[in-house]
Amino acid sequence: MIILFPTIVARPQSSNIMSIFVPIIAVILTLITGSIIFSLMGFNAFFALHTFFISPISSAYGISELLVKATPLALIAIGLAFCFKNNIYNIGAEGQLTMGAIFGGGIGIYFHDTNSFWLLPLMIIGGAIGGAIWAMIPALLKNKFNTNEILTSLMLVYVALLILDYLVVGPWRDPEGYSFPKTRSFSNSGRMPLLFEGLRIHVGLIITLILIFISWFVFAKTIFGFQLKVSGFSPIAARYAGFNQKIIIYLAFGICGAFAGIAGLAEVSGPIGLMYRDISPNYGFTAIIVAFLGRLHPLGIIFSSLVIALTYLGAEDAQLFMQIPAAVGFLFQGLVLFYLLGADFLVKYKLEFKKSK
Amino acid sequence: MNYLELIGFIQIVLIATTPVVFAGIGELVTEKSGVLNLGVEGMMLVGAVTAFVTLVITGSYVLAFLFSILAGIFMSGLFAFLVLILMSNQVATGLSLTIFGIGLSSMIGKKYIGTPIDGLTPWYFVILSFIIVFLVGYFFYKTKSGLILRAVGESHTSAHALGYSVLKIRLLAILFGGSMCAFAGSYISICYAPMWQEGMIAGRGWIALALVVFSTWKPSRILIGAYIFGGTSIFQMHLQGKGFKFPHWVPLDDFFSSAPFFNMSPYLATMIVLVIISSNKLRIKLSAPACLTMPFYKGS
Amino acid sequence: MNESLIEFSNITKKFPRVIANNNVSFNINKSSVHALLGENGAGKSTLVKVLYGLLDPDEGHINFNNEILKITSPSEARKKGIGMVFQHFSLFESLTVRDNLILGIDENISYSKLQIQLEDISSKYNLPLDLDAPITSLSAGEKQRVEIVRILLQNPQLLIMDEPTSVLTPQEVESLFITLNALVKEGRTILYITHKLEEVITLCNDVTIMRNGKVIDSCSTVNQTAKSLATKMLGQKLDELKTDYTHINDFINFKAKNLSCTFNDPFFTDLKNISFEIKEGEIFGIAGVAGNGQSELMDILIGENCSIDSGEIIFKKTNIESFNPQKRRDLSIAFVPENRLGHSAVPELTLSENILLSQFPNNNFSKHGILNNNFIENHTNEVINNFNVVTPGADVKASSLSGGNLQKFVIGREISSNPKLLIISHPTWGIDAGAEYSIRQSLINLAINGTSIIVLSQDIDELIEITHRIAVIYDGSLSESFITKEIDITKLGLLMGGKK
Repeated sequence: MIILFPTIVARPQSSNIMSIFVPIIAVILTLITGSIIFSLMGFNAFFALHTFFISPISSAYGISELLVKATPLALIAIGLAFCFKNNIYNIGAEGQLTMGAIFGGGIGIYFHDTNSFWLLPLMIIGGAIGGAIWAMIPALLKNKFNTNEILTSLMLVYVALLILDYLVVGPWRDPEGYSFPKTRSFSNSGRMPLLFEGLRIHVGLIITLILIFISWFVFAKTIFGFQLKVSGFSPIAARYAGFNQKIIIYLAFGICGAFAGIAGLAEVSGPIGLMYRDISPNYGFTAIIVAFLGRLHPLGIIFSSLVIALTYLGAEDAQLFMQIPAAVGFLFQGLVLFYLLGADFLVKYKLEFKKSK
Repeated sequence: MNYLELIGFIQIVLIATTPVVFAGIGELVTEKSGVLNLGVEGMMLVGAVTAFVTLVITGSYVLAFLFSILAGIFMSGLFAFLVLILMSNQVATGLSLTIFGIGLSSMIGKKYIGTPIDGLTPWYFVILSFIIVFLVGYFFYKTKSGLILRAVGESHTSAHALGYSVLKIRLLAILFGGSMCAFAGSYISICYAPMWQEGMIAGRGWIALALVVFSTWKPSRILIGAYIFGGTSIFQMHLQGKGFKFPHWVPLDDFFSSAPFFNMSPYLATMIVLVIISSNKLRIKLSAPACLTMPFYKGS
Repeated sequence: MNESLIEFSNITKKFPRVIANNNVSFNINKSSVHALLGENGAGKSTLVKVLYGLLDPDEGHINFNNEILKITSPSEARKKGIGMVFQHFSLFESLTVRDNLILGIDENISYSKLQIQLEDISSKYNLPLDLDAPITSLSAGEKQRVEIVRILLQNPQLLIMDEPTSVLTPQEVESLFITLNALVKEGRTILYITHKLEEVITLCNDVTIMRNGKVIDSCSTVNQTAKSLATKMLGQKLDELKTDYTHINDFINFKAKNLSCTFNDPFFTDLKNISFEIKEGEIFGIAGVAGNGQSELMDILIGENCSIDSGEIIFKKTNIESFNPQKRRDLSIAFVPENRLGHSAVPELTLSENILLSQFPNNNFSKHGILNNNFIENHTNEVINNFNVVTPGADVKASSLSGGNLQKFVIGREISSNPKLLIISHPTWGIDAGAEYSIRQSLINLAINGTSIIVLSQDIDELIEITHRIAVIYDGSLSESFITKEIDITKLGLLMGGKK
């Protein structure tokens, strides 16, 4: 009997075809696994998948909601691309978006009685600055002390969340509010204008698309994009080329933080118009999945942000119609990333089968 | 603080920090073999919910801990398959393990939120944590197998050239880490809280990760570090209880007197410590497993 | 003693792009030193990995002590009595000598028994060692001793040594030969992998020559000379390189003055007061065994390290010691560091992208930060054509080129910028003979056109062939310089070993 043994062999060059297929394979495998899990829980798999993935987007309102969720994911993810392309593991985007909301939202609260065209732009700039500053802290520590950015950016997430908590319950609490802690509402000119009557999708979408386009241009056509790439693949070669590693690190973190900060500001000044103690359903961490699923490429990120946004919507619907906790969305997000990382294997390696004697 | 209060303080610190000790020592073994597993928080959650649910269903504490450990093995086994066999990026895989763990534990625990149980006395576990830390230290520095594990983390190519199975050793290290993390979670849901609630691990998994670096990958220092962190956060609760407030001439006195500030002090303390130890490049080089996060490819 | 210990029969091993071993058959006699000679890429490493259980052959078998060798791992090889000392030591840097020895032994051994065995081996074979020393504190020669002792503790019949003298001083080499001869006298056998012809003649009893995966010849060394072996090894007679001193004028282009740099790190060699001068059109060689400060000096000359304790670097009257690499390129200085993949080229990027790594003022690769892709592609193709780089095109990844071709590309990239000064480290390390020749000739041509060149290398033969003057670096200090034509090889060897 001939037995085939697979051995793992590196491909001489990464397969480009596989590179595009892999996210698709990952999504399909996730759907299959999801339906198995739902069946095991006693639901009709078809009904479950439909509730989760189809029904949320089967109306104009649904699609608008999808975009409302996809927008911050895509924006943060493209910002993360600046860091990840450079092998910088910034996992503190959640903290950076919170800080952006605090800075920008703080301006909105201060001017809550003002109605003027410059208020919103000022808030957006505030959001960018807030997020950028927060991201600069791990960058500074990495450059000056060689501190690992994974842990520092992460610790700062909890610090930022607690600062927000303090502000909303303390000094920024709405004096005319009821027992539920929240801040004052922003004035009308401090809100993101809606794009369509009756739907919640707002100008943040346009801003995001513009920033994604600019990012694409930077990556593909500029020296800085090149420097990011080289620095990510080989810091020693980057040094040889005379690239200033430290400045690249500051810029990558700064841009990422700014984007996350804008996304945070858009979250509070868009659909909601004020700040609660919680402003983000884990967007900062989920955006990491979006970035990887989208291969750190602007186009890929647009698609993956839609896919992941759908898991959020699906989870909400599943909670309503199937009495499953909303956290099931995280289950899917985790799964899709597992499958992606696993299938990525096929891009770099292939299996060769040898006959044994 | 008087003598009785001090004893009470120490008792509380010991009980509260034990889960971080378990998770920390587990992750230390994993990292010493050259693998970074960021899924600690997720594994602790899954361990916590598995133990709790098993206890509610079967009423047996033994089974609860056993199944919790099995859950930890399952989660870390998943991680091991991805990073060892499929050579996926360790940071991303670990993060997805945590996100997955949050979702999975919520699903499993949904029906049992708020179910009351009889908790166990925590003192056996405190002692167990000491024993395990001691055993790990003995294993690393007094046995050949421990030496081999350290060698694998130091240079997996050399270890392979000498004929050691790098993948097998890392797999065992990862599974040990996973079972310890899950066990830590079960301690929280059965002894410490005792209850099940979403998000009840509350970031302790991340503190455990910081702890491993803080201990410069030496088992004895896990205990010291854990108690410093735990001590800080318990101390601030004590201050809060006494209605402590900074005087008005201190800038931002309202902020520094507030609960959120005290709650963030462990994270700030961790960051300061991280900066101090990492700025000493030499020390990191000599104690960090040199192969940390590098995938092992058995190619030609 | 003409019994065979090992018989290779028709060993064949294929990889995706190359047949590493093609029907290899030859015998190794007991109680002898058997050389396995060939250039890089000849197939020696692959064959040895098959012998040691690291790889399975696709076809063929090996007879060891008259039985067919069936092993699937190094530990099985060790059980059969085969031991191997690797070229790049498989030691654990942060562990002690004792730990490293224990890891190399399969059974459990007590510390006292280890101590006794060690003392026995040390005295018999000239291999003194301190059990408690951390590996990081040892010299290359001492590290090799640890490797050898590790194997001897298992009482092997066959010792495989892979390029053992590549990191040793001439004196350490002598010491090693004493050890090897003692081992052979006892009845053991040594398989000695090398590309150094003199060693084969001096030390070895028999030699098997490989080229391109095939055995060219397998014979005794008694009637061979270095020249005859070289002919067999390369398969052709190479023309002598043409070096010419007549074009050098007295204008001093480059001065390094009292360069000193302390690193406070056991992994780095401190540099002490290094000074030298170079004239226009001159090729200046810095010889030295790896680990004596060459990479540190290279970093400083390139500008990757600008924080020296004291000293100056003056190029054409400008002090450049604080300039980063790009600023030095602006002055028409080009550099080729030792490592191709990961330093002078990024393996995951294409050749066109790698061209951008060193940009010179006359390049015009970008305007206002935006890349000019057409221009870049044209320039890349020019380099590929002018320097005979074998590649399907400009948009293939650097990792898919062979070592020789990538080096030709990198050197071509630098030379195309018309530098006034070129600093290059180990120009032909790991490269096939054909590419080696063309690279050395390019350097000579460049010098004739007025460029000054600094060459750092371990390969004395190379330096003697192409340089006008040579100095030796040892333990971070540079010796006086000698005119190459007039140099005494023995003196060179002594300087490299630290003796005056």
